[in-house]
Formats: sequence, C-alpha cells, structure tokens
Amino acid sequence: MPPTLFREILERTGEHVVLVAIALFVAALVGIPAGIALTRKAAWRGVVLGFTNVVQTIPSLALFGFLIPLPFIGGIGRRTAVVALVLYALLPVLRNTLTGILGVDSAVVESAVAMGMTDRQLLWKVELPLAAPTILAGLRIAAVTTIGTATIAAAIGGGGLGVFIFRGLASVDSAQILAGAVPAALLALLADGGLGWIERRFARF
Amino acid sequence: MEPAIAFRDVSYGIRGKEILRHLDLEVAAGETLVLLGRSGSGKTTALRMVNALLTPDAGEVLVDGKSTRAWDPILLRRRIGYVIQEAGLFPHFTVARNVAVVPELAGWEPGRIDARVDELLSRVGLPPGEFRSRYPRELSGGQRQRVGVARALAAEPSLLLMDEPFGALDPVTRRDLQRGFMALRRAWTKTSLFVTHDVREALALGTRIALLHEGRLEIVATPGEFLEAKSGEALIFLAALEDLPEA
Repeated sequence: MPPTLFREILERTGEHVVLVAIALFVAALVGIPAGIALTRKAAWRGVVLGFTNVVQTIPSLALFGFLIPLPFIGGIGRRTAVVALVLYALLPVLRNTLTGILGVDSAVVESAVAMGMTDRQLLWKVELPLAAPTILAGLRIAAVTTIGTATIAAAIGGGGLGVFIFRGLASVDSAQILAGAVPAALLALLADGGLGWIERRFARF
Repeated sequence: MEPAIAFRDVSYGIRGKEILRHLDLEVAAGETLVLLGRSGSGKTTALRMVNALLTPDAGEVLVDGKSTRAWDPILLRRRIGYVIQEAGLFPHFTVARNVAVVPELAGWEPGRIDARVDELLSRVGLPPGEFRSRYPRELSGGQRQRVGVARALAAEPSLLLMDEPFGALDPVTRRDLQRGFMALRRAWTKTSLFVTHDVREALALGTRIALLHEGRLEIVATPGEFLEAKSGEALIFLAALEDLPEA
C-alpha cells in the first residue's frame, strides 16, 4: 500500500469517527431525555415515535439530498451530514430509552412510589439504573448503523471514509472502495464490541 | 381515640366497573385489621388508597384524621410501611441498601442508618453479617420477603400496609413468616392493614377481620366472632377452611 494512501485512510477514518461521535453525542443528548419525557407523557408517544419511524424509512442518500437546500442546517458539508446522521440515530436511542424504562418491573416501581420517592428520585435511583443496559443497547445499534450510513456523508461533502467509496465507484477502482469499506466495517465491529462490553457490565441484574 | 385510618363512604371504579361501593371502615391505632376477600373484591384497591396510590372517586380516606387528598403524598408515604407480594426489592441494590431506602430519603445520617439496618435484619431473622451485601437475586423467596418487611419497617412508620405479603411463598415458608410477623407484632405498637384471600391467615393474624365481597363490606368481626358469622360470604370462606377436596 502506498504510504500516501495509508495516510489518507487514517485521515478519513479520523473524520469518520468524529462525524459519528458528534452525531451519536447529539442523538443521545436529545434522544435519552426525549425518551424519558415520553415515559411520562403517554399521549405524545404515537406522534414522536411515528415521526422518528418515518425519518428512518427515508433512504439515506435521499435524506442527505433533502437537507441540502434547507437554511441553517442544510448546505454542503459536514454540518448537514451530522444533522442527517442524528436523525437516523435518534430512533434507536429514543425507543430503547422508552422501552427500557417502561420495562422496569412494575412491582419495583410501585414499591419506590409507595416508599415516598419523588418522580425525580424514582427516575435517577430506580428507573435509569435498571434501564441502563437497554439504553446502552440502543446507543450501540445507533453507533453501528451510523458508522455505515456516515459513508454516504461524502456525497454531500461531509468527508469520512465514504470519500474512498465514491471515488472508487466513479473510477471503477475496487481498491479505493475497499480502502473505505474495510476500515468502516472494522470501526463498526469495534464499536459493537466495545459498547457491548460496557452494556454487559451494566446488565448484572 | 381517633382511628388511625378511616374510610368514609368510599367508592371507586375503573371504566364504569365499580370496585368499591360506599366503604365505611375504621382501623383503630395499634390493631391489625385484615381485609379478607376473593380476587376482585376490592381489598387491594382499598389498601392502595391509604398511601394515596389511588384516590377515591367519592368519599374520603382519613389517615391520622387528615384526608389523603390533603396530605402531601410523598410525606404520607414515608410514614407508611408498604409490603407487596413480590416484595418489589430493588434488584440493583444490596439488601442493606434496600432496607436503607426510606431512612436515606428521610436524610438520616449514615451511622444511624447502618445501625438501623443491622437491627432490622436481625429482627426479621437474617443475620446482617451474612446478608447485608447480598443482592436480591441471591435470596430465596422467603428471604426476599423478610427483606421487604425490614425495608417497610426501616423508618419507624406508625402504619404498615401489607398486600398479600406471603401469598407467593410455599406453605412451610409462609407459616414461618406468619409466625415471624406475629412475633414482631407483639413487640410493637404499629397499626397494620393486611390484605389476604386466605381465611386461615386472616384468623391467625388479624385482631379484626373485614370481609369484602364485590366491593362491599360484608362484615367486620374479631376472629372469634368471624368463626360464628352467618353472612353468606363468611360462610363460604369458613367452608373453605374445613373441606379439603379428597385427592
């Protein structure tokens, strides 16, 4: 492998990781509190889950395209890519937060309430710790899919490993495609394994 | 003397189905009143009104003379011990932390909490040295229920609510815990409201028995009077006491 290619792979992998990390961070920052809010407001569940479900069904290349003409969040470049990735990552994070909390044994929740816990205490001392493995599983799913989807970011100038893939497709050069695809696959495996390990450490109960 | 708990013409329904109808009942301070009835008789509903998990549709429930609507529910619940069938222990807390929950919520200092936890575990028959740092999943059903009782008693509540606490246990363990409960009761001055569908348990543990049938209070009687009762539902329960179907 020519050293310039190797250097570019490292560089693009770095871009890719940053892209995914920002998207996941924002998705967690929005999705977890939103999921918690939905456990308290049953009436909103249908609307919010419906919206995130619909977003998930939009083909990713199309979604990136739709975002380009939008003011503020759109345009060509990394910001637009991050917005699209956040929209995709949101559903698994949100849904797993919701199901994780709703799945806590009702006898445990009832005891907590009957012992005089406030809603905040119930959430922090009981619900979140017990839902943590499920919430982490949502983040793990989001991470793995985002790593894959982020390769499309290159189509709108978002950088990352997708640059190799699009270049390889344009020049019918499978070595270039592999230079993007293999590191992306390795990243996905790494994220899956790492987050899975953390998840198991939380899932002792 | 003012009753510890008073139900005043309490009615409650869910989606048009009446669960409780015009319940009038007083629980005197220091007594163990058993709410006896079949499934669906409204006994658990009545119990859950005392710590404001449910609010009556009509009428009111008074705890220490004050309506549960007027109580701050958080303060009310911290004064009341609550034990349910599956114990509802926090699976991510050790036995000691489970017992310490209410004292911690009430802001006791750690030294006092530790001492209290040890005292209670000993009282319910679980040597603290052996059980303090175990997790609920490492306990048998009977041990979990003992922890549940210790947890309910932790912050010295004046009132104890028990919803079929021994219902899910095997008969031998159940007898054990019933005996333990009676021993505890002799040593304290707490008021307890105890829900069961087991007439034997009602007769053994109650100072008085309130029999509920389809949401109505049928009779209130001491165990001695209950054995002589002539009302329809009481006779059915007493019959259940006697005839065991032959195998």
